[in-house]
Amino acid sequence: MSDQDPSNPANGVSRRAMLAGSAALTASLFLPKQLKASDYPTDMVNTTGLAVTDDTVTIGILHSITGTMAISETGSVQAEKLAIKQINEQGGILGRKIEYIQEDGASDWPTFAEKARKLLVNDKVASVMGCWTSASRKAVLPVFEQHNGFLYYPTFYEGLEESPNVIYTGQEATQQIIAGLDWVNKEKGAKSFYLLGSDYIWPRTSNKIARKHIENFMDGCKVVGEEYYPLGHTQFNSVINKIRLKKPDVIYAIVVGGSNVAFYKQLTAAGIDPAKEKPIVLTISVTEDEIRGIGGENIAGSYACMKYFQSLQNENNLAFVKAFKEMWGEDIVVGDVTQAAYLGPWLWKAAVEKAGSFDVDKVRAASPGIELTTAPEGYVKVHENHHLWSKTRVGKAQADGQYEVVFETAELVEPDPFPEGYQ
Amino acid sequence: MFADYSWPELGAIFAMQGFAGLILFSVFVLMALGLAIIFGQMGVINMAHGEFMILGAYVTYLVSNLFADYMPALFSGYFFLAMFLAFIASGALGLLVEWGLIRHLYKRPLDTLLATWGLSLILQQVYRSVFGAREVGVSIPDWMMGSLPLTDLIEIPINGIFVMILAVGISLAVYIMMFRSNWGKQVRAINQNRVMAGAVGINTEWTDRLTFGIGCGVAGVAGSAFTMIGSTGPTAGQLYIVDTFLVVVFGGAASLLGTIASAFSISQAQSIMEFFLSGSMAKVLTLLVVVGILMVRPQGLFALKLRK
Repeated sequence: MSDQDPSNPANGVSRRAMLAGSAALTASLFLPKQLKASDYPTDMVNTTGLAVTDDTVTIGILHSITGTMAISETGSVQAEKLAIKQINEQGGILGRKIEYIQEDGASDWPTFAEKARKLLVNDKVASVMGCWTSASRKAVLPVFEQHNGFLYYPTFYEGLEESPNVIYTGQEATQQIIAGLDWVNKEKGAKSFYLLGSDYIWPRTSNKIARKHIENFMDGCKVVGEEYYPLGHTQFNSVINKIRLKKPDVIYAIVVGGSNVAFYKQLTAAGIDPAKEKPIVLTISVTEDEIRGIGGENIAGSYACMKYFQSLQNENNLAFVKAFKEMWGEDIVVGDVTQAAYLGPWLWKAAVEKAGSFDVDKVRAASPGIELTTAPEGYVKVHENHHLWSKTRVGKAQADGQYEVVFETAELVEPDPFPEGYQ
Repeated sequence: MFADYSWPELGAIFAMQGFAGLILFSVFVLMALGLAIIFGQMGVINMAHGEFMILGAYVTYLVSNLFADYMPALFSGYFFLAMFLAFIASGALGLLVEWGLIRHLYKRPLDTLLATWGLSLILQQVYRSVFGAREVGVSIPDWMMGSLPLTDLIEIPINGIFVMILAVGISLAVYIMMFRSNWGKQVRAINQNRVMAGAVGINTEWTDRLTFGIGCGVAGVAGSAFTMIGSTGPTAGQLYIVDTFLVVVFGGAASLLGTIASAFSISQAQSIMEFFLSGSMAKVLTLLVVVGILMVRPQGLFALKLRK
């Protein structure tokens, strides 16, 4: 736990007054300040030999654009390029245009590490937007720590990590899980839960947190089953029968990848229609991106718990979705991770401008407390522990592949990557 | 585990679980038949088998879009045309691959492994470039979704029944071609003695090509059927390849009957264990048993008795 106050945008007036001194340097995206490069001489803002010139700064983009993970990571790359383009249109960072070097991690973890080393050692990039799976992040982590790089990591993940060289722009597990479980308990009266997941670290850690919360913090609630299937498993008829036998109020599903498609198709085919809510299907692993593969009609009526949905109705998001579609095509969808990836370049810009320097140590020191009022998901703020304060929302899947937001937390949820009582 | 349930409920669950096992059996048969023809009869280790299946799935996706856009009235029946076209497309690609790649490697069976693995990577990237990295959603006609309530408690998924009927149909077709047609006779003759078969006037080159093509075509039909139960993406073929080889090798590579028997035993074992244990554990135990049996009996369940 941190000693910092939860920040509530509702009391923004006093907070803004307090921060007035540094306001000139905080990010304000609606009224972009045109900082001139000549006010920030290169040898002042770059004392560590990064790829910064008088009019450009180079960053890295490191995602899989080939291999299995290309399915998921494409959206993140698109979002990061959009953010870079928009920042450049507003005059760049400290008067310098962002240029990027894109490397392909090829869905292979050693390749990720090798490319990260190349970006940091050869290209001297000032920061990196990248990685998607926890495995790829774990692979590059030693490289970033050794060469003092700075990574913006977009995916919601299992927590249990806090690196000085990473800013986590997605939610860690407790942020994503707890609010959703409380909601389904209070709103729908759910008492019994069947936990289901693909067999690797993220679903297992997440379900562990979910189980602890259900058993220790939710009165009269119980877990009636917990099961894992190998990644890529395509036959779920047996577990569907087991679910029938146990009659849970909620199926809590953290199935990923190709298995996801198989699971929801077979669930519907077996006569368990999520729309009937007997049982309720609640997931934390299906964004709008995944629904395109599953088919809206197969998942309609299920609930997903995450921080962002494309259908959010606020000015920031409407503008973001519009710009995203203009750049990448009308029929594209935007999921939770894509939005989190979009935050990366903006958060970095804000931190650099607050620090008045591209040096990694100064950017790191400036990062906690950075706030974005223009994030598509709404207001976010960087915590001492390098994760984001953010709201958690529950969406109901529609046949057209979008989510209808049915709940959002009143306050920002504090990131807690090492939750006490949940391990 | 069962103390809280009444007998009718338990009966219903076991009946549905039985069906789940039969559906898994049908899925295995569909996956493995194409490979059994290619691997079993020709000795080619086709690592791109999954990609031939996915070609069938993409053909189904294209046909479904075509019908939805231009012939919505006939949409409910598009699936049959899609399966036929999937057979043609995968089969044609198979003929091409045999001509361009495989026929140069008959004398080096282990090299086919590497070559077809490379082919599978190439095909995956082609799918990715053409259809995008993301999975595509294939709309299935309404009548094929949902379930058939047999009694108040027992519900059978319709797509499962469809897969079962298809598996039986294709098994019969392959059996008839293999054991009742001239082509089948020639394939078996070549399998037993290539030189002699050539000497009595069998066109071994053309028979090989056709065999490979038919094996790939069957894989395409399987892929088309799997759009109902699984995902359609550039790498989805990889989800099936391990199970497919498992079934074919366990059954005894040269025997079609062995393939079916092995699909049955593996699917039943897996579905029963999945019910009582967790999914990952069931898979581990299945693999352990299969490895154990293959150590004792390396030729698989059924082996052709040949004088060598």
